[in-house]
Amino acid sequence: MDRFVWSNGLLEMNETLVIQQRGVRLYDGEEKAKLDAGVVLLSTHRLIWRDIKNHECCIAVPLSQIVFFEEQAAGIGKSAKIVVHLHPALPNKDPGPYQHSKFSYIKLSFKEHGQIEFYRRLTEEMTQRRWENTPASQPIPTATGSQTGRTRAVGIVGIERKLEEKRKETDKNISEAFEDLSNGTIMSLLPCPHEMVELSRSIANKIKEKQGDITEDETIRFKSYLLSMGIANPVTRETHGSGTHYHMQLAKQLADMLLAPLQERGGMMALTEVYCLMNRARGMELLSPEDLVNACKMFESLKLPLRLRVFDSGVMVVQLQSHNEEEMIASALDNVSEKGSLTSEEFAKLLGLSVLLAKERLLLAEKMGHLCRDDSVEGLRFYPNLF
Amino acid sequence: MNFEWPWQYNFPPFFTLQPNVDTRQKQLAAWCSLVLSYCRHRRIYTLDVMEAQESPMFNHKKIERKLSVEAIQIVFEELRKKGNLEWIDKSKTRCLIMWRQPEEWGKLIYQWVSRNGMINSVFTLYELSNGEDTENEEFHGLEECMLLRSLQALQVESKAEIITMDEGKGVKFF
Repeated sequence: MDRFVWSNGLLEMNETLVIQQRGVRLYDGEEKAKLDAGVVLLSTHRLIWRDIKNHECCIAVPLSQIVFFEEQAAGIGKSAKIVVHLHPALPNKDPGPYQHSKFSYIKLSFKEHGQIEFYRRLTEEMTQRRWENTPASQPIPTATGSQTGRTRAVGIVGIERKLEEKRKETDKNISEAFEDLSNGTIMSLLPCPHEMVELSRSIANKIKEKQGDITEDETIRFKSYLLSMGIANPVTRETHGSGTHYHMQLAKQLADMLLAPLQERGGMMALTEVYCLMNRARGMELLSPEDLVNACKMFESLKLPLRLRVFDSGVMVVQLQSHNEEEMIASALDNVSEKGSLTSEEFAKLLGLSVLLAKERLLLAEKMGHLCRDDSVEGLRFYPNLF
Repeated sequence: MNFEWPWQYNFPPFFTLQPNVDTRQKQLAAWCSLVLSYCRHRRIYTLDVMEAQESPMFNHKKIERKLSVEAIQIVFEELRKKGNLEWIDKSKTRCLIMWRQPEEWGKLIYQWVSRNGMINSVFTLYELSNGEDTENEEFHGLEECMLLRSLQALQVESKAEIITMDEGKGVKFF
């Protein structure tokens, strides 16, 4: 703990904050330090700790002082920790909270968790060693063990830096592209899907070639960008192009194929039934469930005589546009009154509907107040609502 | 005299808590009225939640339907909101069923006391609820907790004062 110096907690000119985590206690080696409830901040240059109760109490240690660090798993009654091994303090070091320490390592104890992310970020910073490229305005004592020596060399560091800048640039491009998307202007993205895909792919490759832990992280991050876009495999559909055009064709096809079966089944079919029917008919080039749903969503805008409908329970059905729900409910009430009471199974049998749809109709009638339920060990029965 | 059950008692859905809000309101109203009239008929002053489950009120053996404990709690909560029920203990296992309000009981008792010219006399609680003199009165047989609540109501009106005596509690009327 004697490597720490007092600090005002303000970041220097070229220093940026990477991550902060509250609820962190410091240990001098194995012993608990008096500094027990604070926020630890990781910047590009330093590791800073500030007391949560007394903001003036703030200490820092340069990242260059770190030899290596490791995680210490949590135990019963013990929080997870990160152990940070440090170089010996320099003789001309500024004053800090401890004059000397018999330990050459400290621990950060994460009482409110956050250690995983912090460890990841610390790894990143220690790999990137950004403090060497952009020295802060105040002289930071660099450890004698530093391998790259003075910054701005043309060597490995220079190349790394260039790649880093390029990465930032492409990151910005992608972020801007996504901004457009979130503003709702999907059309601005559609004209250049190829470019986007090319870009993402080349980045993914370049990053894979770069060494270090950073690789996996970045790759994972970019892959997740792509996944969130829906481009799990960035290859556009062969026959009809991606997205809406394909779904439009599909919707028309569905409308043709489903009219007869729908009429047979009383005007309504569960989406799962439609899925099975369609794929059985197609034989080859089967439909994915996603495509089916997306196509069904287009029925209304394409003025096709079918509708996709979602019940409260989440069950999705395709029904004829001419299907009149009120009539159905009224007739359901008649059926139930006639028989005194009905279960979903009995009702399904009566109408030639699937049990699932029969239940949905009864539930809807209950919601409208026409029916009430009797739930017992014998099962769920519906009665006319006499209340 | 046999208790007349309401039509809902023979309607199986009556024993299932209805999900439809409007239907439920009507159902609960019917339950509250059933509980109050049943308790009035059988002169029940307190209820124990666990025991109540098996009472014919909530358990209709003939149609094999009974109200679940949760539903009973909900009915009790409704009664409490209406002012017809008070919990005796914090863990909500026993309650006072007030099919007649304490104030009304208080009035009946005071009227009897006054009619018999016994203002300023002291009575033990037992005398009031179980004494020979009160045999023909409606409040005869009133359970102690209900009796106390009623006397407390009178106390608030300064018409009585509850006193503690050797063998228990007593009351003086003014």
